[in-house]
Amino acid sequence: MNFIWAFLIIAGVLFAAINGKMAECTQAVIDAAKGSVELAIGLIGIMAFWLGLMRLAEEAGLVRFLSRILKPILRPLFPSIPSDDPALGAMVANFAANILGLGNSATALGLKAMIELERLNPHKKTASNAMCTFLAINTSSLTLIPATVIAIRASAGSANPAEVIGVIILVTSISTVVAITAVKILEKLPAFKIKPEEDQNG
Amino acid sequence: MADILTGFLQTISDWAIPILAAGIVMLALSRRVKIYEAFVEGAKEGFNVGVRIIPYLVAILCGIAFFRASGALDLLTTLIAPITNFLGMPGEALPMALVRPLSGSGALGIMSDIINTHGPDSYIGRVVSTMMGSTETTFYVLAVYFGSVGVSKVRHALWAGLIADVAGLLSAVWICSLVF
Repeated sequence: MNFIWAFLIIAGVLFAAINGKMAECTQAVIDAAKGSVELAIGLIGIMAFWLGLMRLAEEAGLVRFLSRILKPILRPLFPSIPSDDPALGAMVANFAANILGLGNSATALGLKAMIELERLNPHKKTASNAMCTFLAINTSSLTLIPATVIAIRASAGSANPAEVIGVIILVTSISTVVAITAVKILEKLPAFKIKPEEDQNG
Repeated sequence: MADILTGFLQTISDWAIPILAAGIVMLALSRRVKIYEAFVEGAKEGFNVGVRIIPYLVAILCGIAFFRASGALDLLTTLIAPITNFLGMPGEALPMALVRPLSGSGALGIMSDIINTHGPDSYIGRVVSTMMGSTETTFYVLAVYFGSVGVSKVRHALWAGLIADVAGLLSAVWICSLVF
């Protein structure tokens, strides 16, 4: 991440100088900073709503129940998570919300899952294998209903806006399988071994 | 046929949250959970999570803004065009493929542009629709999810996400050329 971030900024500034785009760059960075805060603040309401509901679901035993019935699928993906831990239930809730195309609600449930995974993580500032697997599945996308894409196609006058659904589901399945394979191979590489943290109180 | 399917899926999407909310509340009531107290107790964390994300999101979105606004991304596009051409990706789809993991709204803009220029039912229009629908904004997801728990060493999560993006973007091209 250090390398990529440095690359984005240094390459950006260098090319802005060469292309004479310093003014655009300045404006873009100011807008991006402002936009980030708006995005984060925009998440707070829906976040609170789902964290509240998930607390109810937990106290009612629903989260553990979900974890238990889906154990056969989740066990090989997340071997380090105890089998009836609420983390599994929260991840399932996030996957389901993603599949249903629930947008920010899916994000809120995903963050709940991250909180549960961090509770089990011995190295608080370093990603655990379970977190990496969870996020690889998440970033590979799990859409069943690409609502935005269909809306844009319809408004551009497509004869059949929904004709891409089948292909999208197929492609997204391929990328999810690749994501899981990649994450399981990469986690074994020495380059990604968990290093001891200098600063334990983050 | 596809319309009925979309309509059905859309209905599930519309019903999911209200039904879940009512279902969870009823289940919790039947288990004698103090529902109001429990909800408020859980919801309290929402604000902290939102605020905790901010620095991570500012870092990554500002980095990406520099990279895009400076024209560095355009240069990268020109540089890797021969490789992606060789792999069968149409030239017009390449900017879309490069922006997709970096910025969701940026990719949406490029997709709309291409669809309006080439038509939604052209080959390239279908390819970018598939790209948009079948991949995620990897950098945004990683910043938000890891940011929410204060994890800054992301290990192999980024590479796994990017490998999955490449797989998704390329199979979008290949499968579209087989199907359409």
